[in-house]
Amino acid sequence: MSAEFAPWDEPDAVPLIKVENVTKRFGSFTAIDHIDIDIFPREFFALLGPSGCGKTTLMRMLAGFETPSEGRITIGGDDMAGVAPNKRPVNMMFQSYALFPHLSLWDNIAFGLKREGMEKDKIAARVEEMLKLVQLGKFAKRKPHQISGGQRQRVALARSLAKAPKLLLLDEPLGALDKKLRQETQFELMDIQERTGTTFVIVTHDQEEAMTVASRVAVMDHGKLIQVDTPQKIYEEPNSVYVADFIGDVNLVEGRATAVGEAAEFVWGEGQPSLVGMPGGGVQADRAATFAIRPEKIAISRDEPEARNRVHGKIIDIGYLGNLSTYHVQLPTGAMLTCEVGNRSRVARRDFTWEDEVWLSWTETAGMVLPS
Amino acid sequence: MKRVFTAIPYLWLLGLFLVPFLIVLKISLSDAAIAIPPYMPTLDLSEGWAGLTSFLSELDMENFVFLTEDDLYWKAYLSSLKIAVLSTLLTLAVGLPIAYGMARAPEDWRPTLMMLVILPFWTSFLIRVYAWMGILSNEGLLNQLLISIGLISDPLVILNTNTAVYIGIVYTYLPFMILPIYASLERMDPSLLEAAEDLGCSRLTAFWIVTLPLARPGVIAGCFLVFIPAMGEFVIPSLLGGSSTLMIGKVLWEEFFSNRDWPVAGAVAIILLLILIVPIVLFQRQQAKAEAGH
Repeated sequence: MSAEFAPWDEPDAVPLIKVENVTKRFGSFTAIDHIDIDIFPREFFALLGPSGCGKTTLMRMLAGFETPSEGRITIGGDDMAGVAPNKRPVNMMFQSYALFPHLSLWDNIAFGLKREGMEKDKIAARVEEMLKLVQLGKFAKRKPHQISGGQRQRVALARSLAKAPKLLLLDEPLGALDKKLRQETQFELMDIQERTGTTFVIVTHDQEEAMTVASRVAVMDHGKLIQVDTPQKIYEEPNSVYVADFIGDVNLVEGRATAVGEAAEFVWGEGQPSLVGMPGGGVQADRAATFAIRPEKIAISRDEPEARNRVHGKIIDIGYLGNLSTYHVQLPTGAMLTCEVGNRSRVARRDFTWEDEVWLSWTETAGMVLPS
Repeated sequence: MKRVFTAIPYLWLLGLFLVPFLIVLKISLSDAAIAIPPYMPTLDLSEGWAGLTSFLSELDMENFVFLTEDDLYWKAYLSSLKIAVLSTLLTLAVGLPIAYGMARAPEDWRPTLMMLVILPFWTSFLIRVYAWMGILSNEGLLNQLLISIGLISDPLVILNTNTAVYIGIVYTYLPFMILPIYASLERMDPSLLEAAEDLGCSRLTAFWIVTLPLARPGVIAGCFLVFIPAMGEFVIPSLLGGSSTLMIGKVLWEEFFSNRDWPVAGAVAIILLLILIVPIVLFQRQQAKAEAGH
């Protein structure tokens, strides 16, 4: 790609999906609370959040299985109010895959095309194309129960892509696969998304999965959108403690913001030096704040370093994870900080051990100061 | 130990099916006699080998030939077959929507609905058939109701007609139709219907091309469970049916108790069994196929 794919930053870009001020209530329970999202053509958009955050409800409203209590959803400029699921330019890949058990893989993939009234030889050509796309040509005659879980997942994908929808919805598409297969399949999904040029909206509770596949991630909690951004921004510049904590590992320190400008100064703990980080989430001076710093951004050393942010502590615990080691360091205030160090050399040459007094340090732009 | 347990069903079948079947078969090959028991020959083992051979030589197919000579019998078989097939279809027509409704009902209602389906079994079958006589007779509840709301002026004659027999069979065997269909529908993943809709089906088409094919094993099981007992049904046609209702169960009863012609009754029973074995074998095959499919 020559220019970076970022239609959300282009003022003239026309979104494929517009979710405008949508609320969904089930009785007295509000599943979706006044949400606005624009999703652009060819995007791989992830709805991420814990179970019960409303991500599945939002997806089901895009598919047409639920109707918004308030607000408006447009797809390709058409208002979707009152449009039944079978009339929408949208297909969905179900979490359970929902393959028809009485039909062969071939007939499963052809199902939507037959409903369209497509000519027979065109259907055959399209089904072959889809089977090739997901590398299941040999299995066309089998029934769903005669293939493995990973293969079923691919059939479900092929079936939902067969009608060449403008928008493909994927409900926890990899949830039923084991970890190794899931990682392989993530890249396969991205590859297929790019090749077909379809807009994908994926629902997942797995932050790693969302970060890997998505062009943008929407982090949801209790029916609200907390942050919508690229994976990198979500990780590096979370707008709230919730997002920082939900995505990856993070050290959180409670304190106060004292000065907020280009950078933010943060005081905490008695006798501890102040810290400096990037301000985020509209943090204000002289208010309670939380300092968020990722473990891998912290350096560990025996001698006092030059860095602006540095604290002194004692190693309480060492976790050896193979590719990296985590050090749990207790500060004089009792706070624990975790730092991660890549294991470039063998364990035998490790520099630190339990009970060692060490310095932890990080740069002024490594941490975030967020409103508590 | 394990052998003992696997032997139990075989011993059961041997003692309670195969031996009685052979006895009936033997009777059907005998001649009627004014004696106790009312047929001959009887095996006299005291005469040894000669007794056995003379016993066997006296058995013949005479009664089966007789069944083909008198048109009462084949007419009764045909009429039974017609009533059984038709009432099976009627039961299916009533049972399928009920089973479908039960399977689509909220999950916490389902045990109650299931209970309601089984509940009639708690009352004696005979009492329930007598109750239908009270409902369907000329002065019965149904006619009183229809006359009181002014729908009819003269009572409908339902009792002692084939209509009453159909009503009785459909009512009695409905649970045997509902339960297997319900079982197969309830197992169905509801997202299959959403998937069908998502791929362009209307709800009605989704029912025809997804729900029904998946309910097929249940439908087939239910049809056999209704057809087989309906074919040999005796109580319902004799209580609700009229003099024109011809069913093989009734013929069998009359041969046995009124005519005291055990050999002919035996032959009637053997033929009935052969007629039923065909669908039972088909049923077994279908079950085996369904098993292999899962």
